[in-house]
Amino acid sequence: MKRQIPLIIAFICGIGMIIQFFIPHPVSQKTYEEVLHWQIIVGIFMMIIAVRSLCVVHIDKIRRKKEGWGYSFITLFALAFTAFVGIAFGMGEEFLISDLYQYIMVPMQSTMFSLLAFYMASAAYRAFKARTAQATLLLVVALVVMFGRVPVGERLVPWLPRVIEWILMYPNMAAQRGILLGVGLGMIATSLKIILGIERGYLGGG
Amino acid sequence: MSYNPWVWFAAFLTLCTFSFLWRDNPFYKFAEHLFVGVSVGYTISILYHNSFMPRVWEPIVTNHQYYVLLPTLLGLLAFAIFFKKISWLIRYPIAFIMGSTCGISIPRSFEGYIFKHTQSTITAISPGLPPFLLISNIIMVIGVITTLLYFYFSLEHKGVMGKVANVGIWYIMLAFGASFGYTVMARVSLLIGRLQFLLHDWLGVIK
Repeated sequence: MKRQIPLIIAFICGIGMIIQFFIPHPVSQKTYEEVLHWQIIVGIFMMIIAVRSLCVVHIDKIRRKKEGWGYSFITLFALAFTAFVGIAFGMGEEFLISDLYQYIMVPMQSTMFSLLAFYMASAAYRAFKARTAQATLLLVVALVVMFGRVPVGERLVPWLPRVIEWILMYPNMAAQRGILLGVGLGMIATSLKIILGIERGYLGGG
Repeated sequence: MSYNPWVWFAAFLTLCTFSFLWRDNPFYKFAEHLFVGVSVGYTISILYHNSFMPRVWEPIVTNHQYYVLLPTLLGLLAFAIFFKKISWLIRYPIAFIMGSTCGISIPRSFEGYIFKHTQSTITAISPGLPPFLLISNIIMVIGVITTLLYFYFSLEHKGVMGKVANVGIWYIMLAFGASFGYTVMARVSLLIGRLQFLLHDWLGVIK
């Protein structure tokens, strides 16, 4: 009951969806759409669990007065305020939630990612310090790609974009394909293990 | 200079985030915690308007499509985790999500990852191609095979296998270099965007 039924559910759903893929019939398509619909509905409740976990962590931090507990107030207040504004007043460009998105989420997201430019530069420096032939190749290709993709590079070395195009189309594509084939095989193997009940980590303990 | 208080707040948050370059500090922590809160709050709003209302509330309450109660009840089982005695019931909705997602992904992985890439690699070398294209395609096919063999760990990477795997490493490093270059460019482009926001939208010192 506690472990067998979930395994049976996973098996039936998994096998059912594999079979569904090979049946070109409207009923099969409808089943697929319905399963996706069910997934979204179940996902809503899973999301509530996730939000609750976040709140519990921060409330616990405040209650125990752990280091940096004051910041937890900011998180909880921002969460409650944004959710209230979004749910009570609606979503759309004319509503307050749009300003929260445009002037808090967008600038912070892009600033966080732009910070990585500096850390990547230091990572490149460390890679160069490794002084192996392969690390040097990585860095040289990165520099060539960067230099050839900006207007000044194209102006100074007119044939560079064609070289970059070739690098991207052939040796780069080869490695990407090898990696993607590996990813595909890995996904299939892991999915089969879950459907057949070999991988049971998602059931947790107990 | 902008007179919009939102622009001033966005500029303040941008500077708070950049302050991390100096070191972890209260301004960065403030911005970070605010970002987490607003992001989760925004996700809740999206979920409410785009998923809960049209897929649960309206079908059940407005349209009386009571079969929607089935996935709703399955989803509600997730709340069993709050009660120790029946907390194992959360495994039912998780098993449904895991099983169906895996079932959906298997044929699509075959189609999207395996067949597509294998077909493109096999058909790359065909008679009648111009010499340069043929050589380029041969280089690509060698790259695919050696990269795959590098990730094949059932044979020890010694002798011929070691040499082949070593060729694979060169291809992989080249691909990582290209990806690295593109990623740095994307990040620098974002950085330029932020500087443009600060200097143009906020301070108005550049046109």
